[in-house]
Amino acid sequence: MMKRVFAACVALVLTGPAYAAGGDVSLTERDWSFNGPFGTFDKAAMQRGFQVYREVCAGCHSMKYIAFRNFADLGYNEAEIKAIAAQYEVEDGPNDDGEMFMRPGVAADRMPSPYPNDNAARAGNGGALPPDLSLIAKARANGPDYLYSLLIGYKDAPASLKVPEGMYYNDAYSGHLIAMPQPLYGDDVTYADGADASIEGLSADVTQFLMWAAEPKMEARKRIGVAVVFFLSIFVILSILAKRRVWADVH
Amino acid sequence: MSAEKFQNPVVRWIDHRLPVFSMLDHEKYDYPVPKNLNYMWNFGVLAGLSLAIMIITGIVLAMSYTAHVDYAFDAVERIMRDVNHGWMIRYIHMNAASFFFVVVYIHIFRGLYYGSYKAPRELLWILGVVIFLLMMATAFMGYVLPWGQMSFWGATVITNLFSAIPVVGDSIVTLLWGGFSVDNPTLNRFFSLHYLMPFVIAGVVVLHIIALHRFGSNNPIGIDASGPQDTISFHPYYTMKDMVGIAVFLLLLAMAVFFFPNAMGHPDNYIPANPLQTPAHIVPEWYFLPFYAILRAVPDKLGGVLLMFGAIAVLFVLPWLDRSPVRSARFRPLFRIFFWLLLIDAVVLGYLGGKPADGIYVVLSRIATAWYFLHFLVILPLLSVFETTKPLPKSISEPVLGASKGAA
Ligand code: HEC
Ligand code: HEM
Repeated sequence: MMKRVFAACVALVLTGPAYAAGGDVSLTERDWSFNGPFGTFDKAAMQRGFQVYREVCAGCHSMKYIAFRNFADLGYNEAEIKAIAAQYEVEDGPNDDGEMFMRPGVAADRMPSPYPNDNAARAGNGGALPPDLSLIAKARANGPDYLYSLLIGYKDAPASLKVPEGMYYNDAYSGHLIAMPQPLYGDDVTYADGADASIEGLSADVTQFLMWAAEPKMEARKRIGVAVVFFLSIFVILSILAKRRVWADVH
Repeated sequence: MSAEKFQNPVVRWIDHRLPVFSMLDHEKYDYPVPKNLNYMWNFGVLAGLSLAIMIITGIVLAMSYTAHVDYAFDAVERIMRDVNHGWMIRYIHMNAASFFFVVVYIHIFRGLYYGSYKAPRELLWILGVVIFLLMMATAFMGYVLPWGQMSFWGATVITNLFSAIPVVGDSIVTLLWGGFSVDNPTLNRFFSLHYLMPFVIAGVVVLHIIALHRFGSNNPIGIDASGPQDTISFHPYYTMKDMVGIAVFLLLLAMAVFFFPNAMGHPDNYIPANPLQTPAHIVPEWYFLPFYAILRAVPDKLGGVLLMFGAIAVLFVLPWLDRSPVRSARFRPLFRIFFWLLLIDAVVLGYLGGKPADGIYVVLSRIATAWYFLHFLVILPLLSVFETTKPLPKSISEPVLGASKGAA
């Protein structure tokens, strides 16, 4: 009895403060490939998602925790990573003359940011700061579903609501008024593999990519986790058997 | 206590000069333990295990952490992304902290249910409450270290509480901050203290164990062991029983670490601290929520702070509030009902602590807070006088032998 009530209380305490993204939004839930204990990332989707980020989002959003070498996780080989990195210009220095200079990126470089600092980013976006996207999938409640819902969530505002200049109506955003103009409409990029480039397809792909960026070790984590849980389950069974045996003569 | 009992000559040689093996042997075989302890008695050992896990993972984390406002958040991300298995160490430290509190809360409520705080175990109980306070301070400061939004704003809200104290309040806050706001000096001193406190806890745990071994464990029926027929040796009986608890604990911890590592955290802490932008809701970690609810139930700041600390202070004097000579709730029909009401009350307070402080939530917080204090300050003293308790068994072996559905 006591144990059961305790368990119920613990469960309640643990699930009670489920930090919802504000009561006024509803999210579209998707069956992501990375959900569940055996979930993995979809490499092809991540490569497409990276393309979406690079061709659309990167104009405003940085991803400063991601280095080009990390793209090995997306399924790129060393030569491909070098080629991707070389398409970027990164600042280096100071050189022997004391000057900073630009050079093509190498695999060890982090991805360059679109703006030199936050103030410049604000100035370029009507006063709003486009957040760094490296961790965004973990920095919002129900991250992946939220990102997807946000990207497909631009709607005409209800007639009763006056949308101020420079703001846009979005179903998924808490408060509904967001300073980011709708970034995706469908067919914004041309996929080499001919995958679905509708707004849903693009949004799902970039969400895969952002989830990976926020939690790059997820696959290793789950893989190790399955082994650890398997091992510990056996440990539980063995310890129960051992305890029974030892206690057999006590009662 | 000669060393003759050891077969191994090396062990015998050492033990003759440094009797550590005799000491261990003494704890393992000669220390009598009531034979009727149930699985609720696993949680002390589990708390010790949690402390060990926290210290080991914490020391490894500290090797790659940087306590500076400009680098702390990046350092944690470096641990998550670039340090070999750094993500695992950090997720274990994060989740084991929550598990530690689950374990200690169960440990405390176990003590409340079976009257383990009563004579002659008052000091044992008080040392436990000291440990609990130290744990809360440690966890609070640890949560500041990753320097995310909740780190910063949680630290700001909680340290500001001390300013409510008359006369010295502002000086205390300045001392905590090392300046005039939560800033780099705050982060530095919190890191220093967060590293120190677990070892202070370990020291108090030693005292806690010494006090425990003075009179031995209480037990589910709450009467003292009357002789060897009531007790068994710690090893192998309770080592094996603790092993079951340890195995289940590690299994649950592994599930959290590997499959839901962020379920007990707040997403805002993955946003770097920003003193210019207040989050929509500032909530502490879940294990502080009952106290947070008490704090916010009172409209007056000083009053809230006093009640919050009072909620722990009543635990210190509990042995003198509940004067009933019967320990275990099994023989106290009324006390038992109130015990479960208190547990529900604590869970409700935890729920309310995570809700915004307005409307119906405030009203409910006040009722739940009032009930908490009523329980300790009025109900328990009254029960000690007016409750008719059930007859106690003559000895521990009597119910164990008599009823075949024994507690073990
Ligand atoms: C024209 C510049 C621009 C582009 C392009 C852009 N964004 Fe944004 N984004 C912003 C701004 C500005 C904000 C801040 C909005 C605010 O604070 O109201 C923002 C905010 C966000 C947020 C945070 C929302 C929240 O919950 O706070 C996400 C997520 C996001 N953008 C994702 C994306 C993705 C994914 C893309 C590419 C498909 C993209 N953005 C393209 C300007 C841009
Ligand atoms: C770091 C945290 C703690 C550790 C490592 C710890 C460790 C232990 C251990 C190993 C035992 C013996 C096994 C058991 O009875 O479960 C014990 C007993 C006990 N502890 Fe703790 N403890 C901790 C915190 C606390 C707290 C916070 C309290 C109360 C406020 C407390 C109160 C008690 C009491 C009353 C007993 C004796 C229980 C009985 O025999 O019935 N302890 N503790």
